[in-house]
Amino acid sequence: MDVRLTSEQRQLRDAAAKLADELGPGSVLDLADSKRRTRLEDAVSGTGFRELRSDGASGVEVALVAQEFARGLVDVPFLGPVLADDLQGRLDGDTGLWTVADTGIAIDAAGCDRVLRLDGTELFAGPVGDAVAGADLTRLAAAAGGPWESRGDISDGHRDRWRALALTATCADLVGVARGAQRLAVEYAKVRAQYGNTIGSYQAVGHLLAESEALIEGSISVLWHAAWAVDELDPPEALRAARIAKIYTARAARTVCETAVQVHGGIGNTWECLAHVYLRRALVSTELFPVRLEEAGLGLS
Amino acid sequence: MDFRDSPEEAAFRERLRDWLGGVAGKYPTSGDEYWARQGEWHAELYRAGFFGLSWPKEYGGQELPPVYDVILDEELAIAGSPPRPSLGYLIQGLGHHASPELCRRFLPGMIDGSQRWCQGFSEPGAGSDLASLTTTATPDGDDYVIHGHKIWTSYSDVADWCLVLARTDPEAPRHKGISAFVLSMKQPGVEQRPLEMMSGVTTEFGQVLFDGARVPADQMVGAPGEGWKLAMTVVGHEREPSTLGYAARYGKLVRQLAARTEGVIPDDLAWAAVQAEMLRLHVRRRLSEQLDGVTHGPQGSLDKLLMTWVDQSVGHAALAVAGTGDQEMFGSYLYSRAQSVMGGTSQIQKNIIAARILGLGA
Ligand SMILES: Cc1cc2nc3c(=O)[nH]c(=O)nc-3n(C[C@H](O)[C@H](O)[C@H](O)COP(=O)(O)OP(=O)(O)OC[C@H]3O[C@@H](n4cnc5c(N)ncnc54)[C@H](O)[C@@H]3O)c2cc1C
Repeated sequence: MDVRLTSEQRQLRDAAAKLADELGPGSVLDLADSKRRTRLEDAVSGTGFRELRSDGASGVEVALVAQEFARGLVDVPFLGPVLADDLQGRLDGDTGLWTVADTGIAIDAAGCDRVLRLDGTELFAGPVGDAVAGADLTRLAAAAGGPWESRGDISDGHRDRWRALALTATCADLVGVARGAQRLAVEYAKVRAQYGNTIGSYQAVGHLLAESEALIEGSISVLWHAAWAVDELDPPEALRAARIAKIYTARAARTVCETAVQVHGGIGNTWECLAHVYLRRALVSTELFPVRLEEAGLGLS
Repeated sequence: MDFRDSPEEAAFRERLRDWLGGVAGKYPTSGDEYWARQGEWHAELYRAGFFGLSWPKEYGGQELPPVYDVILDEELAIAGSPPRPSLGYLIQGLGHHASPELCRRFLPGMIDGSQRWCQGFSEPGAGSDLASLTTTATPDGDDYVIHGHKIWTSYSDVADWCLVLARTDPEAPRHKGISAFVLSMKQPGVEQRPLEMMSGVTTEFGQVLFDGARVPADQMVGAPGEGWKLAMTVVGHEREPSTLGYAARYGKLVRQLAARTEGVIPDDLAWAAVQAEMLRLHVRRRLSEQLDGVTHGPQGSLDKLLMTWVDQSVGHAALAVAGTGDQEMFGSYLYSRAQSVMGGTSQIQKNIIAARILGLGA
């Protein structure tokens, strides 16, 4: 066993991180900056990140990009298109942006034209409808009500692997969001002073942030396994790994984001503080391809 | 990235599994009987070639990559054998700070299990604030003479040797006046008093009173006043899940509990299962990092905190499933309470993470 990233994987992660840091929204105000978003969209569509799967990239690579994009609150689609790419690959002559539907809603659908939906192992394609109001300020949901045209069947194995990939990608999003929120809170705790000291120097605050840091480390470990499992284990095992990772990372991310809100005090409860933007994204990523706690118990006894 | 065994690792696992099949049920896994026979178990593991895997060949180890320790821990848990004795932190402490002579003299017996060891750091007045310790070591001819009182000393009742911290320079600043010694527990001036754990176990740890115990000056580890450095190495390694060898047992406990539940798995148990699996994977990631030569400093505090959460959530699951009436499960719940105290409390781990990893200084 050797659970390290390869140097190519590190490079990919660093490239995604750089893009997110340079063009992702650095503030709530930035979310409304359409010029920035257009530059981000151009950059992301130029990287080929959305076609990682048809380029032969592994689940680990998808997870690394998803994580860095969430950390930087990247607000152009990645998750939806990369999952669509896994389902149907690149279509000749097609210039549209594809996403996927989960429980009847096109996810991560900003600027997307077409949506794919699985029914059992049958694949259907349809148009992306009107935007649907959602909690996430960085990713848009849209109606996916058809009309649908059949695209034929995929194998059981492909379907399960795709689901494992979908779960894992949302886990990666959760880990990224947790890291971003934690960073924001730690930086704030170093500068905000009360009673003559920075708040981070008080144990009550330091201990909360220390707990968050440990949750993030644990999350990275389960995420890597799930991401590796997507391509390396049998589909049912890959799904099991992904479910476990989903439960752990979702709980961890919510705690980390809530802690980030708390550490910001009153400011943390305002619209202008980025903490809630992370929290919102975490909650929506938890709801995408959801896993219930009971499902972790399946196969235990 | 590969979470699977390499061919060599798989072969090792296979050999180990065969051997464990032959000793199944021979050793108790809990309570006083476990502690009473831990030394025998250690020696038997060593003789079969399954102990000291990652430690230097020179001292009886096999110099295998540390991931082999994970395989050992996992297979021990699967087979229902007792865990391996946790000595890694003492071995690292001596290995890093003792002279080559002392290492040659003491490490082989520590690794092969022929000599038992304990760690005499904590005192009634110096637990988390270890640097405030008041046990003294005063030079007298070629010896030092030790006076003081240690407490919570694991295995003190069976130990031949103690790695003890004592103050050699009362004038020096607190951290600088402490030295470390290898001291014989079998000599006049050393009194061992058992302590009973809240689980009722009486052989796990004790109090040790030193009243004029003598230790030859050449059994000082490192230079005078350098005991604090050794202490930091030891506690650092005590905080890695990989050296503790418990990680694999949580998964085993979870499966035992699941086997006892009918119908839906209770939330406490499901959550414990998820966390136990997280820790299994986390240990693999950490040990893989060591292949790059990364040595974990304050990061060990993150690992210790994670391990503590897992241990205690498994403890809560044991309560949820088996209640207080089942001796073994209740015992594992009670023992899980110690996890957030031993090797530095959870609060101390959080202080370290906040200050040294996150940079949230006072
Ligand atoms: C099962 C077990 C085995 C052990 N084995 C050994 C052994 O082999 N050798 C050995 O030397 N020791 C051993 N110990 C002792 C252990 O290291 C100490 O108990 C531990 O370091 C805590 O010290 P204390 O008991 O004096 O508690 P205290 O330090 O008095 O702590 C009491 C409470 O105050 C909190 N606290 C203290 N200081 C701070 C602070 N600065 N910030 C925030 N909170 C704080 C603690 O977290 C704790 O909750 C063992 C303990 C146990 C339970």
